[in-house]
Amino acid sequence: MKKAAKAKPHSPRVESSGLTRGPKIVHTARDVKNFKALEKRVGKPGDFPFTRGIYPDMYRGRLWTMRQYAGYGTAKESNERYRYLLSQGVTGLSVAFDLPTQIGYDSDSPFAAGEVGKTGVAICSIEDMELLFDGIPLEKVSVSMTINATAIILLALYVAVAKKRRIPLSQLSGTVQNDILKEFIARGTYIFPPKPSMRLVTSIFQYAKDYLPKWNTISISGYHIREAGSTAAQELAFTFADAIEYVRAALSVGLKIDEFAPRLSFFFNAHQDFFEEVAKFRAARRIWARIMKEKFKARKPDSLKLRFHAQTAGSSLTAQQLEVNIVRTALEALSAVLGGTQSLHTNAYDEALALPTEKSAQLALRTQQVIAHETGAPATVDPLGGSYYVEHLTDRLEEESWEYLNKIEKMGGAAACVETGFFQREIQQSAYEYQKQVETGQKIVVGVNKFVENDRFSGKILKVDPKVREDQIARLAQLRQRRNGEMVQRKLGDLRKTAQGTEGMFPVILDCVENNVTLGEICAVLREEWGEYRGAVVL
Amino acid sequence: MTIRSRPGSPTVLERFKKKDEVALARLISLVENREKDYEKILAGLFSLSGQAFRIGVTGPPGAGKSTLVDKLASHYLNQKKSVGIVAVDPTSPFTGGALLGDRIRMQGTSERKAAFIRSMATRGSQGGLAAATGDVALVLDAFGKDYIFLETVGVGQVELDIASQADVTLLVLVPESGDSIQAMKAGLMEIADIFVVNKADREGSRKTVAELDMVLNFKRKKGEWRYPVLPTEAVNNVGIDVLLDTMDEYRKFAAEHHLFEKKRREQIKASLLGMVERKIRNRAEAALKVELETLVEKVWKREVDPYSAVEELLAADGQLR
Amino acid sequence: MKKYRILLAKPGLDGHDRGVKVIAAALRDAGFEVIYTGLRQTPEMIVEAAVQEDVNAIGMSILSGAHMTLFPEVLELLKKRNSSHILLFGGGIIPKEEMDELERLGVGKLFGPGSSVNDIIYYLKKALPGQKRKEEALF
Repeated sequence: MKKAAKAKPHSPRVESSGLTRGPKIVHTARDVKNFKALEKRVGKPGDFPFTRGIYPDMYRGRLWTMRQYAGYGTAKESNERYRYLLSQGVTGLSVAFDLPTQIGYDSDSPFAAGEVGKTGVAICSIEDMELLFDGIPLEKVSVSMTINATAIILLALYVAVAKKRRIPLSQLSGTVQNDILKEFIARGTYIFPPKPSMRLVTSIFQYAKDYLPKWNTISISGYHIREAGSTAAQELAFTFADAIEYVRAALSVGLKIDEFAPRLSFFFNAHQDFFEEVAKFRAARRIWARIMKEKFKARKPDSLKLRFHAQTAGSSLTAQQLEVNIVRTALEALSAVLGGTQSLHTNAYDEALALPTEKSAQLALRTQQVIAHETGAPATVDPLGGSYYVEHLTDRLEEESWEYLNKIEKMGGAAACVETGFFQREIQQSAYEYQKQVETGQKIVVGVNKFVENDRFSGKILKVDPKVREDQIARLAQLRQRRNGEMVQRKLGDLRKTAQGTEGMFPVILDCVENNVTLGEICAVLREEWGEYRGAVVL
Repeated sequence: MTIRSRPGSPTVLERFKKKDEVALARLISLVENREKDYEKILAGLFSLSGQAFRIGVTGPPGAGKSTLVDKLASHYLNQKKSVGIVAVDPTSPFTGGALLGDRIRMQGTSERKAAFIRSMATRGSQGGLAAATGDVALVLDAFGKDYIFLETVGVGQVELDIASQADVTLLVLVPESGDSIQAMKAGLMEIADIFVVNKADREGSRKTVAELDMVLNFKRKKGEWRYPVLPTEAVNNVGIDVLLDTMDEYRKFAAEHHLFEKKRREQIKASLLGMVERKIRNRAEAALKVELETLVEKVWKREVDPYSAVEELLAADGQLR
Repeated sequence: MKKYRILLAKPGLDGHDRGVKVIAAALRDAGFEVIYTGLRQTPEMIVEAAVQEDVNAIGMSILSGAHMTLFPEVLELLKKRNSSHILLFGGGIIPKEEMDELERLGVGKLFGPGSSVNDIIYYLKKALPGQKRKEEALF
């Protein structure tokens, strides 16, 4: 076997993500590890180690879910939108929240100025949550919430609304992203230090185990890691390092592996290097199956299956020659489909500049429909399996990921690496490296450093109506007037006491929100008790 | 050229004395850059200084120094004391640039008015750096800061020199530092007065604390300072109170045993000698430019040995002799 | 060579700092002293830091669309702090008309998506020597 096929550990990755130089001119059987045993090693679709997919029939049985994440200013506006979507036959909702809600500020906080309702809906109290899901049958729809640092509060609000409506909690189904580690690593909407943050994560696990059997308690995300500039191998490795940390945390609060493993889900980026992306999704399934089987001794077949959502790469969109983004997104989406994704979000071409218009959002969805119904790509399972090149890439990405994973283990695991800034540094280096290649023209970005047209961006960008914040502030003021202030203080006292201890936080937070305590008030107490975290920036 | 004061517009120094932070920042730059007249300024500020308590904080990268400084500073600020922080980070030897990110971890402090944070790059000057840092501290002191933190990365000579500008020095380590402690055993006491094992929730912290304690206090004689080794989790605000108490204890102990006087005298001596050295050197370079070049040439050609060359140089300038 | 000090800041709650970090690294490699303040900065915090650090320029990365309020606010605060000699530049998704308007108000160059970091470095090296503080007497 040729040495060349082997990747050097953590050197600038040859081939990876289109960085440095390109792949070999021709790939042959010799580039695939143990080619004669390939079929056995790769496994059948639906069988361990799931390289070819987690179901035997994949899209012949059921197409992937076309899930378009969307955000709208107020609870009322969002509610109208959701009702419309449901009337169109959608069975799953995907909720985007504004940044103050994500970082634990009420709409009337000075920190929220200019941000209310901007990237999604603003939710401060149970009133907002009731409005958001007004007339929506919570026992029937699955609700996915992109929320992390304050996931426990939003989930508590959701549960509180269901309780008020006397819906059995066991019927609630949906997902909270709840992946705080990647917030520290890449996305930046963290509040508390890692330790209490992890406690909030496991508090959700604990509560869901007893009361929310159909809830996906976490969606472990590589998407944002990739957006921050990582390579494909880093995206895989860092996501799984996070996953291992969460599994350990869950085990440490007394959960059994096969109890919660089937409820873990993942979220990856569908980026530009087409074949590498297909290989990445294939490698991901293999790595996860091995982690669960060998490291955590999971038994249930469902515990070993990696289920994931994919979204096309926002960072690949360019502000120059906007329409070219449609082509980029289509190719990225195709790679996710060929890689066997369970659900997919396609970006709108104008998102390089602002929130999408109705028209561009529709075009994004149509892109998925063309892939699903016109290209024939879903007709056969894992159509690229057995390709010398794709199998070679799959092996290589798996290998590189394991090298990273072993290194991270030696450094004390993902939480420790977050604190030392290891992930952040690795990602920054990759991002900087990429930028340098764009600058020198080694890496071509169509419309940006080649085939350039002089199309300086002109026009309006979508701005949120300031009335959204005014409305929220007025409603909050009314709530604070009307509610039982003494009760609120008592509940906040309970919260403080619980925060000082070590037990699960969900029940006390649920009690708070049921008594009209706001998200900002809860976070203010926790900020006082636990402090605010400032990210590790190591450059 | 010194710009003359215009009638009506206050001078930088006047504004400095009226607690104008813009003037403070301007004077720090002047001192840091060794701009013209910086010595005159320092001379003028000297009489205003001497009130602040200086805390040196050093340790390996990633030990959590900035976060620790943030927590300590917050405590003083809550007591209505004023705080200045000088955070020193290395300059890239290849590009001459620097990336200074310590402020990020000190936001608990910077949200409040009272803390004045200044990031400094080492700028490759080995000898002069400690002096410049000390001078910047003097400016902050003269401005009226009650507490001044001097934070540096690493445990090399330069960092120690900077730390030596302080009244009390903390060495911040992490549980994994155990191995390196063994290697530098002997020198530890010269580095710091108080030892902190931060991130103490990590594995091995107890062992590291115990080992350090052994190494540090093994040969302690009666009446000597017992080097405290304190576990902290700065991020979670754990162990900070004990550390603050210990710093107070050290302050008392040092006062009772006249350690400050000794330290300050040594600092003064070192800085005086440093200044003299620099002056003489500058003067020699200026006065003997021609002679120096000639002698460099001769030594290089091995016509003269370096030792005789020095004598020749000294002879050339009577004043230096 | 005179050392130029640049403060890079990210106002607002948005956590996407890939761009600003790449710029930070590039400016360091071009010989600048870069002070990065991290996420979630208010205009007050940014100006406070710029004053304390006595920087030559402030670079703000704004992707949230709030540039028409944030840039003028920082300019105003700089004026109040007697620090208008500090060059304010930035980057973000800013339509041409608004760029022009901000430049009229006294903001330096604004860089849109896909800008080259070399352009930014070139701009700073050209603009900074002309950026002088008001001459004032020391004593």
